Amino acid sequence: MTTQPTTLVDYDDAIARFDPVIGIEVHVELGTASKMFCTAPTVFGAEPNTQVSPVSLGLPGALPVLNRAAVESAIKIGLALNCQIAEVCRFARKNYFYPDVPKNFQTSQYDEPIAYEGYLDVELLDGTMVRIEIERAHMEEDAGKNTHVGGATGRIHGAEYSLVDYNRAGIPLVEIVTKPITGVGERAPEVARAYVQALREIFRALDVSEARMERGNVRADVNVSLRPTPESPLGTRTETKNVNSFRSIERAVRYEISRQAAVLDAGERVVQETRHWHEDTGVTTSGRIKSDAEDYRYFPEPDLVPVAPSREWVERIRASLPESPSLRRRRLQQDWGYADAEMRDVVNAGAVELIEATVAAGAAPAAARKWWMGELARTAKTDGVDLASLPVTPEQIGQLQVLVDSGRINDKLARQVLAGVLAGEGTPEEVVSARGLGVVSDEGELIAAVDAALAAQPDIAAKVRGGNLGPVGSIIGAVMKSTRGQADAGRVREIVLERIAQS
Amino acid sequence: MATDDLTRLTAADLAAALRSGEVSSVEATQAHLDRIAAVEPAVHAFLHIASEEALATARDIDARRAAGEDLHPLAGVPIAVKDVVVTRGLPTTAGSKILEGWIPPYDATLVTRLRAAGLPILGKTNMDEFAMGSSTEHSAYGNTHNPWDLDRIPGGSGGGSAAAVAAYEAPLAIGTDTGGSIRQPAAVTGTVGVKPTYGGVSRYGLIALASSLDQAGPVTRTVLDSALLHEVIGGHDRHDSTSLDEPLPALVDAARRGATGDLSGVRVGVVRELNGEGYQPGVRARFEESLDLLRGAGAEIVEVSCPHFDYALAAYYLILPSEASSNLAKFDGMRFGLRVEPADGPVTAERVMGATRGAGFGDEVKRRIILGTYALSAGYYDAYYGSAQKVRTLIQRDFAAAFGAADVLVSPTAPTTAFKLGEKLDDPLAMYLNDVATIPANLAGVPGMSLPSGLSDDGLPVGFQILAPARADDRLYRVGAALESMLQRRWGGPLLAKAPELPIAQPTIDGGAR
Amino acid sequence: MSTISREEVARLAALARIDLTDLELTRLAGELDVIVESVARVSEIATADVPATSHPLPLTNVFREDVPEEPLPVADALAAAPAAEGGRFSVPQILEED
Repeated sequence: MTTQPTTLVDYDDAIARFDPVIGIEVHVELGTASKMFCTAPTVFGAEPNTQVSPVSLGLPGALPVLNRAAVESAIKIGLALNCQIAEVCRFARKNYFYPDVPKNFQTSQYDEPIAYEGYLDVELLDGTMVRIEIERAHMEEDAGKNTHVGGATGRIHGAEYSLVDYNRAGIPLVEIVTKPITGVGERAPEVARAYVQALREIFRALDVSEARMERGNVRADVNVSLRPTPESPLGTRTETKNVNSFRSIERAVRYEISRQAAVLDAGERVVQETRHWHEDTGVTTSGRIKSDAEDYRYFPEPDLVPVAPSREWVERIRASLPESPSLRRRRLQQDWGYADAEMRDVVNAGAVELIEATVAAGAAPAAARKWWMGELARTAKTDGVDLASLPVTPEQIGQLQVLVDSGRINDKLARQVLAGVLAGEGTPEEVVSARGLGVVSDEGELIAAVDAALAAQPDIAAKVRGGNLGPVGSIIGAVMKSTRGQADAGRVREIVLERIAQS
Repeated sequence: MATDDLTRLTAADLAAALRSGEVSSVEATQAHLDRIAAVEPAVHAFLHIASEEALATARDIDARRAAGEDLHPLAGVPIAVKDVVVTRGLPTTAGSKILEGWIPPYDATLVTRLRAAGLPILGKTNMDEFAMGSSTEHSAYGNTHNPWDLDRIPGGSGGGSAAAVAAYEAPLAIGTDTGGSIRQPAAVTGTVGVKPTYGGVSRYGLIALASSLDQAGPVTRTVLDSALLHEVIGGHDRHDSTSLDEPLPALVDAARRGATGDLSGVRVGVVRELNGEGYQPGVRARFEESLDLLRGAGAEIVEVSCPHFDYALAAYYLILPSEASSNLAKFDGMRFGLRVEPADGPVTAERVMGATRGAGFGDEVKRRIILGTYALSAGYYDAYYGSAQKVRTLIQRDFAAAFGAADVLVSPTAPTTAFKLGEKLDDPLAMYLNDVATIPANLAGVPGMSLPSGLSDDGLPVGFQILAPARADDRLYRVGAALESMLQRRWGGPLLAKAPELPIAQPTIDGGAR
Repeated sequence: MSTISREEVARLAALARIDLTDLELTRLAGELDVIVESVARVSEIATADVPATSHPLPLTNVFREDVPEEPLPVADALAAAPAAEGGRFSVPQILEED
C-alpha cells in the first residue's frame, strides 16, 4: 500500500502539463465449445465445478491437448489486427501460486506469441481515425473463480475463506497487447474506450467470442504513465486491472491521469504497481507492487508441442475473414446515403445489422433507418431491451415497409400493424388482414366520403375555389376520420381537389 | 500346477497356460496374492495391494474365456503398477505423504489399456517419492529391499516394480523411467526393464516428474514378456500431445526372431564414454562377456564416441528439477491430498500451501524443487536451464552420429551393483551418479533396455543396456532376446534362479501375512 | 561460479511455497552449492550457435477438435478435496489478490 496523495489534479490541468502514454491489454474469452486444453464443456452459468475434467482441475497425471478451434480463432484475431502470424510458436508455463490456478502455473505464450506486429485503425466519435499499434496477441488459459466468504465487506481482505469454482479454468483466452499509445493527449481516455469497443466489434464480426462485457468475456487492463513532454522518456506506469466496461475504461484512464499528475506535482514518484478499479466510487486503489519478487520462471511447456501454422492454413483463414467492421461501416454508409451523424447513431444503437437485413427485405435505407431509430428505438427504450431483442425481425420491418410503399397501408396504419406484430399477432400481412387495416381503395367509397365531408362544411369549398388551399387539410381530416384512418391521405387530397373543381 | 510354480512362470508361459485352460486367472492371481502375502514383510515392494479388485478382474476374465470370448493374449495375467500411475479407485501416492489416501477419479491411459486387455492389477508398487531417486529409499512409506540381498537397495525410482517381479510377486509390472528408473532397478535386481521411445507409451495419467523425460514401460523377467507388455500399453493416445501418432514396431516378433540367436549384420556400438572409470570391475567383466556373445552371434562390434555424454548428468540435473518444480506446484493442499495449517500465525491460502508442502514433501523432493526454482529464476535461466537445453541438442547429435555407425548402442546399465541401504542417502551427488549411463537416452528420447548379464564378483546382478534410435524399439527386443537366450544357455536357466530364497512369512489366521 | 546462500535458499523456498525449518535451510544451502557447482559446467559447451531442445522428439501441430466430452462428475471432482462447500472447493482466505 502506498501513501501517495489521493487528491486529484483537474483533468484539463493535468493534460496541460503532462503528456499521457497509455497501453492496453485486452483478454478475450473465446467462444469454443470445449476448453483450451481439454474436452470439458464451457457452458456459461453452469453449476460450480460441473464443467471440469482432470486436466482443467489440474489433477496429477493429466495432460493438455490443444483445441484446434482456439488456435484458429487466435489466428483470425491476429489477421484482423493486421498482425504477422508466427511460423512457429510455443506455449510456456507462467509459474505462480494462486488457488484459482489449478496447476499453479498458467499455460500461456511468452516469447513466442502466435501473432505480433499489427495495428488497428480506430474511429473516434467525431470521426477522427487513430492507429493503435499492436505488439502481440497470444493464447493462454483462463483461471477459475474465487468467491470470498465471511469477513465484513465480502472483498478479499477480511474474508474468512474462499470457495473456488474451476468451470472457467482452462477457457481459452487471447491476450492482445498494444504498443505504447502516444500522441493522443487529452483524448487518451476516449482512445482507450474506442479501441476496446473496436476490438469487441471485431471479436463479434469474426464470431470468435460473444464478447459480452457483463460476462467478463472481454477484460481490459489499462497502463497509464505521464511524462512532462512528448519528447521526454516514458514515465513510470501503473497497470489498472480488470476494467470491464467501456465507460469504466474511459473513466479509469482519466482518473489515473489526474491521480498521477497529483503525485508528480507533490514531487513524488509514481509507484510501478497493479491498481484496482472501483466501479462504484470511480477510483483506482493500490494493489500489488511489482517487484523483483515477481519471478514467473517461464519455460517452454514440455507437455505441448510447438504450433506451426502452415501458410496455407493462414491464407485459408485470411480468405474466410469477414469484412472488417470499420470498412464495412464505411461501405454501408455510402450505399445507404446516410449522413455521418446518422450513421454514427445507427452504429451506436447497434442497428447496422438490423438495417442491413431490413434493406435486404425490400425497404429503402431511409425508411429502414426511420423504423429502427424511431418507433422501434422508442419501444426498445420503454421496454428496456436491445433493439435486437425486440420481438420483430428485420424481415418483418421490410415487409411492413413494402406494404406502405405499395399504398396498401399508410404510415398511421403501419404503426398499428407494427404494434400487432410486436404483440405477436403474426406477420405484417397477417396483422393487416386480421385487423382489417387495409387502406380504402374503392374510389366510389372515397368519393362518397369526400362529398359528404364537403357537404358538411360548405364554406370550405368556396374558400378553396377562391385560391386558399389551407382548409383542404380539414376536409382530408374529416375523410380520414370517417374511414377510420384506412384511406390513403394523398389520394384523398387529390379527390378533394377534383370534386371542388368539378362542382 | 503348484501355486509356487504359477508364480515362477514367465508371463508368456502363464498366458499360454491360461489360454489352454490348464489354469484359471483366479488361480494365477491368487497364487501371486499368496506370494505377496508371504514375501512382502521381507521385500516391501507394494504400497497397496488390491486383492479384491484383482480377483474380480480374474473372475471376469475366466467367465469370458469360458463363454468363448476372444481375449487378449495376456488376458488374466496379473500385473503390478508403479504408484506414480493413476488408477481409478485405487490409492495413488507416488510414494509421497502429500498424496496419502488420494484415490484418483480417472485411469491413466496405460491402465485403461491394461484393464481393456484384462490384466488383473495386483496393487501399486513402492518408489522414490515422485520418482526422485535411484534407491527407493526416498519413499515416504519405507524402503523396498532387494530380493537378492535384503540389506541392499532395489534401485530406483521404480524399486518396487523391479523387486516385485524379481521376488515372483508379479510376472509383469509397470515402471516409469525419467533418467533410468526402469533400467537401473532392472539391472540391480536381475530383471528386464524397457524405457520405450519418448512418446511411445502415453504419459496421460503418469504423475509427472519431468515431462520431457518421463516414459512408462515394462518391467518383467524376460525380454519376450517385456515385448508382450509393451505392445499392450504402447501406441498413440489422443490425450497426450507428445504421443507418437504411428503404429508401434512389431516388438513381439522382434523378440521371437532375436531368440533364434542370429545377429548377422547387426552393428553393435560400444559407447566409449559409458564404460571405464567409475564402473566396477565385475560390471565391466560381465559387459565384456556379453559383447563376446554378441560377436559370436554374428554381430559386428564397433566403438563409438559420444563426447557430450560427459555433460548429460549435469544437463539432466538442471532440466529435471526445473520441470519438476513446476509439475509439483499443483500439490498445494487446495484441491486434493494433504492440507496442513501453519503452526502459528494467520491461516491464509498462501501460508497453508507453504506449510502443506513443507510437511508433505520429503528432503529429496524439496532439494530438487528448490534447485529447479533456482535454475528457472530470473537471471539464471540462460546459464542453467537454457544451457542444459543446448546440451540436450549436443547429446542428440552424438546419438545421431553414433547411430550412423551402429544399429544399437550398448553399455553397462549402472556403474555398480546394488549398494547397501543407507550407503548413499546423505550424498546426493553420489546417488545421482548411478544414472550416468541411463540418462542420455532420456535426454534424447531414444529407447533403452536393461537385461541381466550375470553376477558380479559380489554375487549381485549386473545389467546390460541396449539403446536404439527413436522409434526403433524393435531393435532392443531383437538384440536383447538374442543375448538373453545365449546367456541363459550358458547359465542353464534364468539368472533369477540363482537368487536366494526369500524368508516366507507364516500366514496369520485372517489370511494376511505378518 | 555460484554460492547459494541461506538467504537465497529462503527466497527460493518462498517462491516455491515450501516452508523450511532453519535446519533445512542451512543443510540445503550447503547441498545446493555443491550440486550447482557440479551442474554449472553445462555452460562450458552451450555456445550461442547451439539451438536449445525443449522436446526430445520434434512434433508440431498436435490438435484436437473442439468437441466437448462428458465432464468429470462434480462428486468425483470434489471427492478428494480437503474441504468443500456447495459444490466448490473451500480454501483458506486469500490475502493477495493477483
